[in-house]
Amino acid sequence: MTMHGLINRSIQQYVSHTYGRPIWEQITTNAGLDFSDFEGMLRYARSYTPDLLQSAEEVLGRPRGDIMEDIGAFLVCHPGFEAVRRLLRFGGVDFVDFMHSLDDLDDRVRLAVPDLILPKVELQVCADGHFSLICDASIKGYGHVMMGVLRAMADDYGALALLEHSQGRAAGTEMVSITLVENDFAEGRAFSLAAGVP
Amino acid sequence: MSSAKEVSALDVLCPMHLILGPSGHILHAGPTLCKMRKGQGLSGQRFLEVFEVKRPRALNCMADLMSDEPQKLRLKLRAAPHTAFKGVLVPAKDGDGTMIVNLSFGISILDGVRDFALTNADFAATDLAIEMLYLIEAKTAAMEASYNLNSKLQGAKIAAEEQAYTDTLTGLKNRRALDTVLTRLLSASNSFAVMHIDLDYFKTVNDTLGHAAGDYVLQHVARIMVDETRSHDLVARVGGDEFTLVLPEVRDEGTLRRVGRRIIERLEVPIPYDGTDCRISASIGTVWIQPGESPSMEDLLSNADVALYASKHAGRATQTLYTPDLRDAANAIGAPAARAPRPA
Repeated sequence: MTMHGLINRSIQQYVSHTYGRPIWEQITTNAGLDFSDFEGMLRYARSYTPDLLQSAEEVLGRPRGDIMEDIGAFLVCHPGFEAVRRLLRFGGVDFVDFMHSLDDLDDRVRLAVPDLILPKVELQVCADGHFSLICDASIKGYGHVMMGVLRAMADDYGALALLEHSQGRAAGTEMVSITLVENDFAEGRAFSLAAGVP
Repeated sequence: MSSAKEVSALDVLCPMHLILGPSGHILHAGPTLCKMRKGQGLSGQRFLEVFEVKRPRALNCMADLMSDEPQKLRLKLRAAPHTAFKGVLVPAKDGDGTMIVNLSFGISILDGVRDFALTNADFAATDLAIEMLYLIEAKTAAMEASYNLNSKLQGAKIAAEEQAYTDTLTGLKNRRALDTVLTRLLSASNSFAVMHIDLDYFKTVNDTLGHAAGDYVLQHVARIMVDETRSHDLVARVGGDEFTLVLPEVRDEGTLRRVGRRIIERLEVPIPYDGTDCRISASIGTVWIQPGESPSMEDLLSNADVALYASKHAGRATQTLYTPDLRDAANAIGAPAARAPRPA
């Protein structure tokens, strides 16, 4: 079984941009790797990802959930990953629309990169303005990643939302509870459909 | 004429449609087409004056377009930016002459969206345009990443080749390996011999039989040199048809002469290639470094060249062992003292 390089590459980019290259090298060394650079377009052994995350927890001295949430937000916000933000924005015209598009997120991703398999997520509409995002947590802490993505995308759309992470009711799932305070709170960042292609 | 209710349903389902009257005037345009025409309006204008119909060809008037069957169209805006469309035209109602044309950007979707700053709301909810744009962008990003990886790997390959010690054609060592070994031997002040071997008549093989034959001969030559030397000797190809052997721990001059003679003898055996015999020979210049001597690398190689030149001068197919008086003689007849181009 292999893991797509884009996943490890994301972790690498987040750590080295936030904490610097030496910290990242310490994390890869502690994870028992004899290299530090992941290529987005190569495949790696599946065990590398949990090993890296475990090692990151220890080296950074931060809980897994916090790190995962930061990675999610980083992927959306960092200028080097503008493609991710844009591709997510294709999902919907406003934040609510976007949240509904998350059901198709793994399919959309596979359309772009056929062998990049992301855990499934499913949006449930609870009551007026309340939503739950049920995340399959085959990567432990994936719910936190989605929480980071949601936080950053709410900002991007100019929506105001409160987010809370908890364990899902079903085994192996995590849940993000979303309370939408205002869908149209601020201006949001510009998005034009054709701007991403040269 | 269509009812108001029908029109608004069509606006949702087909925001890029037109309703044409029997005279070919536009009676109604969907909201996305209206947005694209900003202020210039469409209603009341003649369809064929706004759009140029590319297919079906040779279409001159509305009568040519009238048909009971749906018709596929290829159109272009007559005004800038001359956007291209795919379209389909159907009679709106039996017999009253009104027609509906539905348009789509087709493959020029990206230009259309860019030129008219269209958003999700400008496409029908069932339209795959947004997915199409998503795919174009995702594929572009993925291709970019692949391209970057490929050029990185290409760079690494070139760097690895530059650092390699092997001549790819013959599998012998290359000049870089030779320099490394000589540097080590010279600094250790060991005894060793260096043989410069230059093929004779190789250029003729290349010129008359082609490069494939030349390559074949070089590979054959390489095998002979490896055969005729010991496993700890170094055999390097240092130029097109130039080879250098480094032989550590040589017992006597006789051994060197024997090795050189064997190599020349074997190289002179005709090499069959594609029905033809390739005939070559070799000239050899040899320097034997005694224990404790430590010339510079430059002097060493230059001495080997002087000895090689003497062999060429003596009529080829010979080996010459370097002695200082060779250099004096060479200087006297104006031969190159350093590593200069040799006679072919």
